[in-house]
Amino acid sequence: MPRIAFTPQLRRFTATPEVDTPAATLREALEAAFAVNPRLRGYVLDDQGHLRTNVAVFIDGRRCADRIALADALQPDSRVHVLQALSGG
Amino acid sequence: MTASRAWLATRKGLFELHRQRTGWEIARLHFIAEPVSMLLPPDAQGRMLAALNLGHFGVKVHASDDGGDHWEEVATPAYPPQPEGAAGPEWKLQQIWSLEASAGGRLWAGTLPGGLFRSDDFGRSWQLVDPLWQRPERLEWFGGGYDAPGIHSICPHPAHPDELLVGISCGGAWITRDGGASWAPHTRGMVAGYMPPERAEDPNTQDPHRIVRCDAAPEVLWCQHHSGIFRSADNAASWQAVEAPLSSFGFAVAVHPREPDTAWFAPAQVDQRRLPVDAALAVNRTRDGGRSFESLRTGLPQRHCYDLVYRHGLAVSADGQSLLMGSTTGNVWASDNQGDTWGVVSLNLPPVYAARFG
Repeated sequence: MPRIAFTPQLRRFTATPEVDTPAATLREALEAAFAVNPRLRGYVLDDQGHLRTNVAVFIDGRRCADRIALADALQPDSRVHVLQALSGG
Repeated sequence: MTASRAWLATRKGLFELHRQRTGWEIARLHFIAEPVSMLLPPDAQGRMLAALNLGHFGVKVHASDDGGDHWEEVATPAYPPQPEGAAGPEWKLQQIWSLEASAGGRLWAGTLPGGLFRSDDFGRSWQLVDPLWQRPERLEWFGGGYDAPGIHSICPHPAHPDELLVGISCGGAWITRDGGASWAPHTRGMVAGYMPPERAEDPNTQDPHRIVRCDAAPEVLWCQHHSGIFRSADNAASWQAVEAPLSSFGFAVAVHPREPDTAWFAPAQVDQRRLPVDAALAVNRTRDGGRSFESLRTGLPQRHCYDLVYRHGLAVSADGQSLLMGSTTGNVWASDNQGDTWGVVSLNLPPVYAARFG
């Protein structure tokens, strides 16, 4: 089952659950984590539900391609890491 | 009553200052290392807000019910879904640039990219003031200070809870008298020297860097504009230009809460040279509505000073006696005699975004 984890940098603001989820896309995986901690949504996504400019997401070691719809496909054993980008901020 | 507490919102935290026998001392630092773009000082019950602008993770609002002893994150103002093809800046919150409370307790947050938000539950929820956001003129607003337009000044009317004036860089000055349901521009007399002559008086191109209102005489407003200083004595129905010594350019203005003719300014040389005239820091004070000024320098650096006092960097206390001034270099000065003399609070702080008493 795909697993999604968040940068420990976020822990000073809010809980960052590591979630195993049968998600088929990045957005579904994020929603599974937001269901555990709703406040996490605003740290990762902006007002329009897009990935924040200075947040980076890696899926199995590759940077996600779709920062708007977050439609990147996940494999059954995918590992998703939500990190802070080094640019900006 | 002599001011005993003050706050500095900075690039690396919210500094709480307490008055000691020797002067202002840093008593506490809240949100260390986080950018705090604005604060709402404690009300009579100790309720206050801090607006954070986290570099990676966006804008966040924290509330305290006990003057900063304990904080909790509350709701962040959020723009509604942007319609397909909507013109103008993206409907995404970039920064909270102003926070004020109306007489009835309603809170207002001015933001980049130009939206005004309202809260009736002290920040636990926020609503976009849609009638202002939907004004067609908004699409003519443009950035001033940042790439996107922003609301930096919110002037509630102390006697009329439903009346509010907001100042926008660059989008002029707007007033509502029905709690935000309808809005009208109020810039007659302002002139934008950076525009083509035929549009110099266009309300939507005015860049009021900061607008403040006199509490005791709310029909009097002072504006430090990109193209000079303007004063209104008729609640923004008209504005009159005022000439100050050294320079009429700058960002900050403070008005005495009880004496509408007394105001302070922190002049910078010119638009393209944003530093003190002759690298010597001064504060301009008028006591006669702008007919004359004094340039106050005692205690302020007079050699090789390159500090800029930004929009919210100059504050006056509720009794009109104390001033607090912070610069984008991170230097802070205070005065207890209306600016006659100044003392150093700190020369080692992060860039100061806002100074407030309370």
